[in-house]
Amino acid sequence: METITDTDKTVRVDLDESSVRDLNQFLHHDLAASGVKHIEVLNPNGRHNIAVGVDAPVSVDIRGHAGYFIGGMNKQARITVHGNVGWSVGENIMSGSIRVKGNASECAGASGHGGLVVIEGDASSRCGISMKGCDIVVGGSVGHMSAFMAQLGTLVVCGDADAGLGDSLYEAVIYVRGTIKGLGADAREEPMGEEDYARVAALLDKAGFDHDPKAFKRVASARTLYHWNADHHQEY
Amino acid sequence: MSKPTDKPVYIEPNYTYGDATLHYIQQAAEHGLYEIRGLGAKRRVPTFDDLTFLTASASRYPLEGYREKCETKTVLGTRFAKKPIELGIPITIAGMSFGALTAQAKDALGRAAGELGTSTTTGDGGMTPEERRSSKTLVYQCLPSRYGFNPDDLRQADAIELVVGQGAKPGGGGMLLGQKISPRVAGMRTLPEGIDQRSACRHPDWTGSDDLAIKLSELRELTDWQLPVYVKIGATRVKNDVKLAVAAGADVVVVDGMQGGTAATQQVFIEHAGIPTLAALRQAVEALEEIDKVGEVQLIISGGIRSGADVAKALAMGADAVSIGQAAMMALGCNARHYHMNGRLVDATDDYAAIGTAPGYCHHCHTGLCPVGIATQTPELEKRLDVDWGARRVKNYLQTLTMELTTLARACGKSNVHNLEREDLAALTIEAAAMAKIPLAGTDWIPGHNGY
Ligand SMILES: Cc1cc2nc3c(=O)[nH]c(=O)nc-3n(C[C@H](O)[C@H](O)[C@H](O)COP(=O)(O)O)c2cc1C
Ligand code: SF4
Repeated sequence: METITDTDKTVRVDLDESSVRDLNQFLHHDLAASGVKHIEVLNPNGRHNIAVGVDAPVSVDIRGHAGYFIGGMNKQARITVHGNVGWSVGENIMSGSIRVKGNASECAGASGHGGLVVIEGDASSRCGISMKGCDIVVGGSVGHMSAFMAQLGTLVVCGDADAGLGDSLYEAVIYVRGTIKGLGADAREEPMGEEDYARVAALLDKAGFDHDPKAFKRVASARTLYHWNADHHQEY
Repeated sequence: MSKPTDKPVYIEPNYTYGDATLHYIQQAAEHGLYEIRGLGAKRRVPTFDDLTFLTASASRYPLEGYREKCETKTVLGTRFAKKPIELGIPITIAGMSFGALTAQAKDALGRAAGELGTSTTTGDGGMTPEERRSSKTLVYQCLPSRYGFNPDDLRQADAIELVVGQGAKPGGGGMLLGQKISPRVAGMRTLPEGIDQRSACRHPDWTGSDDLAIKLSELRELTDWQLPVYVKIGATRVKNDVKLAVAAGADVVVVDGMQGGTAATQQVFIEHAGIPTLAALRQAVEALEEIDKVGEVQLIISGGIRSGADVAKALAMGADAVSIGQAAMMALGCNARHYHMNGRLVDATDDYAAIGTAPGYCHHCHTGLCPVGIATQTPELEKRLDVDWGARRVKNYLQTLTMELTTLARACGKSNVHNLEREDLAALTIEAAAMAKIPLAGTDWIPGHNGY
C-alpha cells in the first residue's frame, strides 16, 4: 500500500487514499511478516467493515467515525475507534478487545464468543444480542432488547437499560447500574453476591471505569423457557 | 342389544373431519401444543412429476447413450469470488446441522459427495472437524443463531451460505429439542445441556436488505473475496427475494421450496407456509431474467428433489444445480426397515413402533430416537449407522441420479446437462403448466398467458 508510511513499526493508512479492502488484506496477510505492532487508520468517514477478521496481537486506532461491523470476528487485536460506530461493532468477536470512544449504534458485540467490547458512550438497541461468551461494558446506557437471547458472557451497563432487557436469556448475565425500564421475557432481577461484585469489579477495571460494583443490579435468566410447555401461551 | 338386520350398512366418509383431522384435533386437545416434526411437506402439491421431457426424434438429434459424452461439470460463484467452486455434478448436499444429524452421518455424506466431486454444507450448529476432513468441498452456513460460528472455520470453508430462510419454515428459526442437546452439541452451540433450544428467526447483526449487502461484504472482506457467497431463501415471495439477494451481492442464490426438509419444525409451518419448488424455481429464474443476471449469478434449487428426472427438469427450467436433504438421508437408510451393523442387516421395526411409527412413515427426527442412527445424539443409536456402508449408499444414489440426468440430457440431444432448456419440457397438468409456465402437453397453452 503506497499510503502506508512505516515509522517505528507504526503504519498509517488513510482510507481516503487506500480502500478498506487494501487495509484488511494488509491486516490478514502482510502484518505478520512486517513486524508492525500498531496501525493508525485515518479518515474512516463512516466506512463499513474496517479491520474485520484480524487475527494478530496488534493495536488498531481508527481516528474518526466508522460504519458497520467494525472489528467483526476479531481475534487478539486491540481495536480502538476514536469516534462513533454504526451497527454491530465487534460482531462475533472471538478474543482481543474493541473500544469505542463515542457511541455505538445497534447490536454492539452481537453474537460475540469471547474478548471484550467497551462502548464508552451509549449503545443503541440489542446491544449484546445473541452473545456467546464475550464481555461487553457500556459506559452509558443501552437501548431496548439488549442481550436478547444472550447465551453466555457478561453485559455491564453503567447507565440505564431500556425496555425488554435480557429477553429470552440463556446463561449470560447482565449488570446494570442505573434504572431498568423493563425486563424481557424470562429475565429476572436477582440478588448480587460476592462473585457478582468481583465479576463487575474486574470488568470495570479492564474497561477503565471507576464505579462502585455495589451500585449494580444483576439480571439473569429465570430459565422458565428452557423447556417447551403448554402453559406458556403467548405471555412473552 | 339390537337385532341384526339385513339393511345394508353405509358408513359415510367425512371429508371435512377425516382421520387425519380427527387425529390432529385429538392430539391438540391432549397436549395443548403444536406438533413438531421432521422431514418436509407431505401434502400433494404440483411437482416435477407433473412435467415430462420432449426428447429428440426427427426434429431433434439425440446423442448416443454409451459413447457420446455428456458434461456434468458445474461452476458456482463466478460473479465476485476469486475462487469459484467447481463441482463434478450439479447435485449438492444441503445444509443439515450436526446436532440434527450425527457426526457419522455427516461424515458419510461428505465422503460420498467427495467421490462424485460435489459439495456438502454445514448447518445450524457449526462445522465439525469430521465433516471438514471428509468433505472436499464444504459450504459453511451463516445462520441467525450463529451457533459455533467462528472466523477460523469460515476461512477453512470453500464457500459461504448466508441463510435467510428455509423452505420448510420460511420466516422461522431453528429448533432442537432437549433430547438432542448432548454435551458435544451443547458445547458447540454454547447452550446448557438438555434444554429445548429456541433459536432466532432473524440475524442478530443486520435486518433489511441494505444491511444484508454490508453483511455479505463483511464476509467477503474476512475471506479476502476468495470464497463464493450464497444466499439461501425459503420460497415465498421468490421474485422479490431473489432480486434483493442479488442486489445485496450474492454470487449464488439458493431457493428452498415448500417441500424442503427440516429436522424439527412446527407441522403447521411445514405444511402451510411457502410455495412449491416448481413455482419457486420459475419465479427465481424470471427474477434473474428481469435483472439480466442469468449466467452471472448461479441458482440452486431445493425442496423435494428425489430423482435424476427431478434434477434434469430443474436444470431445464433454469437451475444451475440442485441441493438434496431428505433424499440423501433416505439413501443413508432413513425410513428403511433395516440398519446395517457388523456386516448384517438388523430389523428396526420395533424401534420405529416404540416411537409410534413404522418404516416408511417416520418423521421423528426431532425426538432424537432415530431407529436407524441418522438423526440422533444418543451414542447407542449412533452406532447403527455404519459410515462406510452409508457413504457407499449415498455415493450410489448420487451416481444413479447423475446417470438418469445424463440419460435424459442425451436423449434431448444435449452434450452438456446445462444445455437442457425449457423447450425440452411439457406439462402434464394445468396447475404445473401455470406454475412452471411450461405449455400443457399437446398444446401451446400456458394458463394466464396470451390472454387466456
Ligand atoms: C435433517 C435436516 C436438517 C436440516 N438442517 C438445516 C440447517 O441446519 N440449515 C439449513 O439451512 N437448512 C437445513 N435443512 C434444510 C436443507 O438444507 C434443505 O433446504 C432441504 O432439506 C431441501 O429439501 P429436501 O430435504 O426436500 O431435499 C435441514 C434439512 C433436514 C432434512
Ligand atoms: S428414520 Fe431417522 S432420519 Fe428418518 S425420519 Fe425417522 S428419525 Fe428422521
